[in-house]
Amino acid sequence: MVYPPPLCGGGRYAIVTFFLVQFVTGLASASSLFLAACGLSIIFGVTRVVNFAHGAFYMLGAYLAFTLASRLAGDVGFWAGIILASLAVAAIGALIEMALLRRLYSAPELLQLLATFGVTLAVEDIALLIWGPEDLLGPRAPGFKGAVNLLGQAFPTYDLLLIALGPLVLALLWLLFRRTRWGVLVRAATLDREMVAALGVNQKWLFTSVFALGVFLAALGGALELPREAVSHTLDLQIITEVLVVVVIGGLGNVLGTFLAAIIVAELNAFGILIFPKISIVLVFLVMALVLIVRPWGLLGRAEAAARMAGGASLARWRPFDKRGRLLAALAVAAAALFPFFAGDYALSVATEVLIFMLYAASLHALVGAGGLVSFGHAAYFGLGAYGASLALKQLGLPMEAALVAGPVLGFAGALLFGWFSVRLSGVYFAMLTLAFAQIAWSIAFQWSEVTGGDNGLIGVWPSAWAESPAHFYWLALALAALAIALLRVIVFSPFGYALRALRDSELRAEAIGLDRHRLQWIGFAVAGAFAALAGALFAFLKGSVFPDTLGIPLSIDGLVMVLLGGVGTVSGGALGALLYKTLSIWVISETDYSKLVLGLLIVALVALFPQGLLGAVQAWRGRDARLQGATP
Amino acid sequence: MSAPAKLSVKDLNAAYGRAHILFDVSLEVAAGEAVALIGRNGAGKSTTFRAILGFVANRSGEIRFDGADLSRLAPHDIARRGLGYVPEDRRIFADLSVEENLEVGRQKQRPGAPRWTTERLFEIFPNLAETRARLGGRLSGGEQQMLAIARTLMGNPSLVLLDEPSEGLAPKIVEQMIAAILEMKREGLSLLVSEQNLNFAQLVADRVAVIEKGRIRFAGTMAEFDARPDIRDAYLAL
Ligand SMILES: Nc1ncnc2c1ncn2[C@@H]1O[C@H](COP(=O)(O)OP(=O)(O)OP(=O)(O)O)[C@@H](O)[C@H]1O
Ligand SMILES: [Mg+2]
Repeated sequence: MVYPPPLCGGGRYAIVTFFLVQFVTGLASASSLFLAACGLSIIFGVTRVVNFAHGAFYMLGAYLAFTLASRLAGDVGFWAGIILASLAVAAIGALIEMALLRRLYSAPELLQLLATFGVTLAVEDIALLIWGPEDLLGPRAPGFKGAVNLLGQAFPTYDLLLIALGPLVLALLWLLFRRTRWGVLVRAATLDREMVAALGVNQKWLFTSVFALGVFLAALGGALELPREAVSHTLDLQIITEVLVVVVIGGLGNVLGTFLAAIIVAELNAFGILIFPKISIVLVFLVMALVLIVRPWGLLGRAEAAARMAGGASLARWRPFDKRGRLLAALAVAAAALFPFFAGDYALSVATEVLIFMLYAASLHALVGAGGLVSFGHAAYFGLGAYGASLALKQLGLPMEAALVAGPVLGFAGALLFGWFSVRLSGVYFAMLTLAFAQIAWSIAFQWSEVTGGDNGLIGVWPSAWAESPAHFYWLALALAALAIALLRVIVFSPFGYALRALRDSELRAEAIGLDRHRLQWIGFAVAGAFAALAGALFAFLKGSVFPDTLGIPLSIDGLVMVLLGGVGTVSGGALGALLYKTLSIWVISETDYSKLVLGLLIVALVALFPQGLLGAVQAWRGRDARLQGATP
Repeated sequence: MSAPAKLSVKDLNAAYGRAHILFDVSLEVAAGEAVALIGRNGAGKSTTFRAILGFVANRSGEIRFDGADLSRLAPHDIARRGLGYVPEDRRIFADLSVEENLEVGRQKQRPGAPRWTTERLFEIFPNLAETRARLGGRLSGGEQQMLAIARTLMGNPSLVLLDEPSEGLAPKIVEQMIAAILEMKREGLSLLVSEQNLNFAQLVADRVAVIEKGRIRFAGTMAEFDARPDIRDAYLAL
């Protein structure tokens, strides 16, 4: 990290040159970011897959380049290492595309996200296995080890190389897309895949080659950062977040927009620390939110690119529980209520946590499934609930009972505020704006330490005396979660819920019959937020503490994983997905050090085998049964 | 007809989700022949074409092209066997120039099928020659229709499915379209043309199939069709 020089001595002049150097450093960082981001953008443009594994490929590129460049040594060895590493990762990407994504192109878009998320988890642990947990510092680039004098400041020549590389790659890509048949086919496929097939183009290979190119660019971006930055196994999530921000600011699928956005983001990173140290972490997200509010499809993006990524269309018709269903649900709750009689404290606290996450997932599922609003930042409201409850208890001295109300109220208020902006967008852009808001909420919790305790969180958030024992708290969580999930179902089947689903299925038709999309989705968003906040408030009391990671990206993604595992197209898949995923992940984490690898592979396998989610698969299977028996003419 | 048909469709059924649209549709197109598939709005003309190409997933029946079974082939494989398709909404790649649109359609030459080059197509559709560099999205409706046909011909097909080529076009352009289709026939191309415009169909087609509510109600030569005003009144009049 670079700090501004003291104001004395060189005075004004030193400051100016310092800022200039900082600016040029930002430009150098923009190159890698641009490479990775345009890879993502190209992949999305053609295949409509938001490749969450892009950060993992970037990281793999860096790691492999580290190994190869050190092994091959010598002047040629370094550069050969960088290129070979990128090619190798591109080959891995192509294999993953052929083995996994090909099965999923016709599945709901979200599923591809889940699959690539699984890949990310697995890759992260594999990298940990191979390269260990320490940060690795790569060799310097031969021929570019020195520095040049820039207005009296030493400036690394390697950075100059990178700065030149960005526009060079931009130009090469332009030629590739404008001047080759492959490029013309790719652009055509971006516009209308079906028509391209009708003209005799085998899209399978077109998609694979596009995916390989995108992954190659990501890996190259990572490899080229080797002489500048240490490689670590946390790089993947850090990069994917930045890359998503860049792509969304620039406009999905637009390479030039991506280039501009990469510069903007890199410069914000370079100057943020200097000018707004308090909000540096969140600066890019703030800017992204602003851009999206003013230009809903990014700087150079176009409306069509946003399309889709709504929650899946349902397989079976949605029905409220009939008598049998209600009886079964009641039995399940009753059975769960017996659990404390034969479970120990640890099992009870695990079970309570599972219940809390069932509620959290159910609230997200209502938003995604019924509302068709795929939020990438649902953890914001979970976290707001947790903080709301904790602050009510610690700062206002309210009892637990009141705190359990205060949490959802804060979550509801936050969802009202963020939701008002978010529902104005749709598709991927909606997803990214919700992500940005969650990051903003996270950084407030992280940096406003006077109130939130910052990174140290708030501790001593204990339940009232009557609910203190694990069994009692379990019953409390069970009662609240069961009630809340039932209430969510009631809402989904209320006229309001029908209106939301009508909007999800056909915005045009629903608006034509007079439904006010923004208002309805806004309310839906806020209501879902309030339920997530209730889960968060319970979570704070379960753990006795609250930390910023209750608002973090991983928790938001976990929620989506649960919903998708259960099946978006079902009514109650979310809660079941949570039950499965949470139990499984707690168990896997306790059994192995490589839980991410296991979970990642498991997610990949589940997605590949049951593209409709587990409950969805069961329903499809039962539906097929029914059709055979029903034998309509 | 004794010669094996170029394209034969037997008992084709197709559905969108649960909506059953086509019922036992059977059709034949002989080599070098132009067949008109006529029917009202929503009769199932486009669905027939899309089912032949494999774009309607839920379908059953037998589809043979040059004797080979198409029902298990992917759409691009079908196209590569020389079955061209011009969709009713043209589906021009709006961000690609006229020349690039043609490039997407380009395939290698095929034995037994007429061969087309950009230059020849520009002769048949002079309007396109003047707009080579323009983006597809900037063309007029008539120009888009011409480009859609030219783009498909770039694949050197031996049979083309033309979905309502005259729809929404000015009379002058329709005349050009008829001339172009007759030129394609002269080259030995087989054609299956869907139409609502009877005059148009009579000018270009040798045989007629009438479709209504997803069922074929009549099939015969143009002369046989002309002798059956009852068919026309029952299934085609508005
Ligand atoms: N994607 C779709 N999903 C559901 N139903 C469809 C779909 N496309 C068409 N249909 C229905 O299938 C029936 C046949 O439509 P089709 O487009 O094949 O008719 P058409 O003869 O081509 O009519 P037109 O002259 O209007 O083009 C219509 O009732 C239409 O509403
Ligand atoms: Mg039609």
